[in-house]
Amino acid sequence: MKFSESWLREWVNPNISRDELSHQITMAGLEVDGVDGVAGEFSGVIVGEVVECGQHPDADKLRVTKINVGQDELIDIVCGASNCRLGIKVAVAMVGAVLPGNFKIKKAKLRGEPSFGMLCSYGELGIDIESDGILELPSDAPLGTDLREYLSLDDAVIDVDLTANRADCLGMAGLAREVGVLNRQAVTEPTWEAVVPSIDDSVQVDLQAPASCARYLGRVVKSVNVKAETPLWMQEKLRRSGIRSIDPIVDITNYVLIEFGQPMHAFDLAKLEGDIQVRMGNGAEKLTLLDGNEITVPADSLVISDAKKPLALAGVFGGEFSGVGAETQDIMLECAYFAPLAILGKTRRLGLHTDSSHRFERGVDPELQHKVMDRATRLVLDICGGEAGPVCEAKSEENLPKPVEITLRRSKLDRILGHHISDDEVTEILQRLGFNVVVGEGQWEVVTATYRFDMAIEEDLIEEVARIYGYNNIPNTAPIASLSMPDHKESDISLKRVRSMLVSRGFQEAITYSFVDPKMQALVHPEQEAMILPNPISVEMSAMRLSTLTGLLSAVGYNQSRQQNRVRLFESGLRFVPDENADSGVRQQAMLGAVISGAQNDEHWSMESKTVDFFDLKGDLEAILGLTVSDEEFTFRSAAHPALHPGQCAEILRNDRVIGVIGAVHPSLEKPFGLNGKTIVFELELDALLHARLPLAQTVSKFPANRRDIAILVDEEVFAGDVVKMIRKVGQNQLVGINLFDVYQGKGVEPGQKSLAIALTLQDNTRTLEEKEIAEMVDSVVDALKTEFNALLRD
Amino acid sequence: MSQLTEIVEQALAAIEGTDDLKALDEIRVDYLGKKGKITDMMKMMGKLSPAEKPAFGQAVNQAKQAVQKHLSERVEGLKAAELQATLAAESIDVTLPGRRIDNGGLHPVTRTIERIETFFGELGFSVKEGPEIEDDFHNFDALNISEHHPARADHDTFYFNPKVMLRTQTSGVQIRTMENEKPPLRIISPGRVYRNDYDQTHTPMFHQVEGLLVAENVNFAELKGILHDFLRNFFEEDLQVRFRPSYFPFTEPSAEVDVMGKNGKWLEVLGCGMVHPNVLRSVGIDPEKYSGFAFGMGVERLSMLRYGVNDLRSFFENDLRFLKQFK
Repeated sequence: MKFSESWLREWVNPNISRDELSHQITMAGLEVDGVDGVAGEFSGVIVGEVVECGQHPDADKLRVTKINVGQDELIDIVCGASNCRLGIKVAVAMVGAVLPGNFKIKKAKLRGEPSFGMLCSYGELGIDIESDGILELPSDAPLGTDLREYLSLDDAVIDVDLTANRADCLGMAGLAREVGVLNRQAVTEPTWEAVVPSIDDSVQVDLQAPASCARYLGRVVKSVNVKAETPLWMQEKLRRSGIRSIDPIVDITNYVLIEFGQPMHAFDLAKLEGDIQVRMGNGAEKLTLLDGNEITVPADSLVISDAKKPLALAGVFGGEFSGVGAETQDIMLECAYFAPLAILGKTRRLGLHTDSSHRFERGVDPELQHKVMDRATRLVLDICGGEAGPVCEAKSEENLPKPVEITLRRSKLDRILGHHISDDEVTEILQRLGFNVVVGEGQWEVVTATYRFDMAIEEDLIEEVARIYGYNNIPNTAPIASLSMPDHKESDISLKRVRSMLVSRGFQEAITYSFVDPKMQALVHPEQEAMILPNPISVEMSAMRLSTLTGLLSAVGYNQSRQQNRVRLFESGLRFVPDENADSGVRQQAMLGAVISGAQNDEHWSMESKTVDFFDLKGDLEAILGLTVSDEEFTFRSAAHPALHPGQCAEILRNDRVIGVIGAVHPSLEKPFGLNGKTIVFELELDALLHARLPLAQTVSKFPANRRDIAILVDEEVFAGDVVKMIRKVGQNQLVGINLFDVYQGKGVEPGQKSLAIALTLQDNTRTLEEKEIAEMVDSVVDALKTEFNALLRD
Repeated sequence: MSQLTEIVEQALAAIEGTDDLKALDEIRVDYLGKKGKITDMMKMMGKLSPAEKPAFGQAVNQAKQAVQKHLSERVEGLKAAELQATLAAESIDVTLPGRRIDNGGLHPVTRTIERIETFFGELGFSVKEGPEIEDDFHNFDALNISEHHPARADHDTFYFNPKVMLRTQTSGVQIRTMENEKPPLRIISPGRVYRNDYDQTHTPMFHQVEGLLVAENVNFAELKGILHDFLRNFFEEDLQVRFRPSYFPFTEPSAEVDVMGKNGKWLEVLGCGMVHPNVLRSVGIDPEKYSGFAFGMGVERLSMLRYGVNDLRSFFENDLRFLKQFK
């Protein structure tokens, strides 16, 4: 909420500076978002009157004027504004004046005509009012008065960001009350001459929904001049509250809205047929709102209607048909209390949010309507003239909110704050807040005020006491807690450990959005449905990710298009797989993804620079899997994945369960993702990785180990992994090491075949193996390979 | 005897006269070998009288030793020089870069979260995580944000349907923890949160760390104390901190915490408060017996202040030139 500092000071004027005031209310929980001057920095501008206005002899668009500024001599000023004319009151920057931007006014000659000053526009004075030409002041503006003084321009607009609980401060009255509390100062309400009805015209109000509207005031005012000018002081106060002047009736309702926080509405009496009804919508009625949009009034929305038709969405928006227009002569003013629950949620559903609904849904003081009706009527009569009828009230006493009675216990206060505030101070704070306080034994019986909708329970009072006492006057202490040792499992591998290993291996951690471009994701996961956000930031951020791969590949493309060709990235985070059986219909699974592209290493004086391939990333992956100390549980199996190269893709299995995938990105994805050549990715379920085997020490054999190398020829389709697995199976206990150290195809090997060289290490824990046993073991391995893979022993 | 002296002199001259190891070996054979000149002299012993023998024998031995000594010294000298030459030829430019694997780095957001986890971990807070697609009970209702609460509108929520949404805060993890565990509770929950807002100062996804302590007699002064310590530790300076009254439906009293920035302006870094009794009740904890405090902080905001990052959006562009600054 924006408000004018000088308006506030009309209500309550503590002897503190603007900065101190801002700080004070900020520290009371009304956070000041900004303080802006209402005009630019300028001086030497006074009120004048155009007493002569003639055409410049040598310039079509210039006028030569004489200005009366209340001094002995008239001042010659050449002016280029089209609205410059005889008789208007203007803002005159005299010679010597300084305008915003340190623009100094000097004597000048404009096309030969002397000019001793300048007639100013709002813009030139740094005042945020849209208008063409020079500014025009009211005809009663006193000549020679300093403009800053006349328009109270040494004022500031203070913008407070009010939290949802402080609806009581959505008006000057509430803000002043708060400032009064903080400064222990009384608040001076504006005074006006109470309205005495001069006509008998009344309205009948039928309160059909008393739970939603417990008080409704209507009043007829006849023969109003809606074409009257809103006085400048009101226009200015509205402007400084961020509200544009529209017409006097709207301006007056807006004025009391800002003044007291009470929304009002004015109807054109001529458009009303029969009694006013305050009722729920019937679900079928159409209503065209003041903004021109037609809505169907929902059945659970409160409407103001006459005998025949809905007139307005109660507390939210007036209807176009019954609104005050240029032809309106007689009006009906509405001033009501609508319950928050009657407004909450309804407006948002219709996409409506108005100054009125904002206040009603947070709570408007139910005791305010008579006062504000009188205030608004007085302003109408003063500005637009007319004859006022009596105030017609319909109310439901039992539905009117009552002040809340709350007991504040000393014990609870001390327990929650951890600090003792003296009895007297607590009592005084509660009283200053306008609450009725009865001091009891170890407690306070408090009756809160009707304007404080946020007061309901003991904690509300505790917060109020702490807030006014000052949070920063409460000491900082160290928490006291009972020591209990949380469980720690040695076999758990932390994500931190995995991340740290990847970092050591040259990977940079990425964080990509959890929502991705559905088109890009469809390239990676063409056959999978993703969850789609109905209201995304943009289409490119609308699909929940099915893996980390879409984001990571996009990040590679992003970098490679920025001359960062060598990329090593990883990311951990959730993937979102639609699943009817899971909570909220989605399986949210922690994944670890990684990608490499570009050269294996930066160009180096003594290292070969090769482009990465499958085995570079597989090496990194194996290093991570190695953290589990359970390498034998993991296997790789050739597989197909729509995003990956059909010949360079593997599923990762742990104990025969697929936990992830690794492979080279399919060449067809390189262009859409902007990849610069070969890119390898893996992704696996994090949970499958985070469990390690505890070390169980084995006796180290005292007997020598024997190495025997074998070289076999097999079909090139045979997987080396299967060969090794078979050897392990045959070799059993005495075979303590298997190392595949060479794979060869080429000269000396038939096309379609490959040669595998494998070192077997044999050892026994209890004795030295004899040559014969070793030979038998090797033979049995070779035999098995012959049987299983049709392998030939190479010489 | 003079013959012996002559032989020794010849031998020594020959030793000095060559710097070839092979030649030296030939010299050894020539003088000390089985048929060498000095060995031959020894053979002359037989022709001498018994009285002459000891002196002669001694002289020959001395000659033999002298030659031997010179010979070995010469060989060692030459070998040392040869090694020297070999090593000299093997010298390298030690300033050339080694064959390193460049270090990667953690994302600054992770780095900040890890630091926060460390600070609170040492106080016995354990880390809890939760789902990012949440139901309205855990994201709103249980946090005292009823269906029509104005605070719901402030959240710019990404809804899938009225019951399911991307979580707007990590506070839901509080609820899930309190549903399953009994006080005393000390947890922090870091993670991604989502709000439908995208401009210079907002990204639709960002990170929060939520903290919760529930026990008997937990109070606001302690909340102030722990956050004060945290901020001082996080920024590693004794900066000015202020607690400003605010409003969150799930805490009361509520506060926002500002720190004084280098530019002399207050910067909001976290929100906190005493857990609202309705929240405790919604998970079956008696607010008359237990009290608690909760706090939540924006990780990106803290990282920006800590590391001088100016543009929030750079956290999610994953530009290596940005990321590589965090090693």
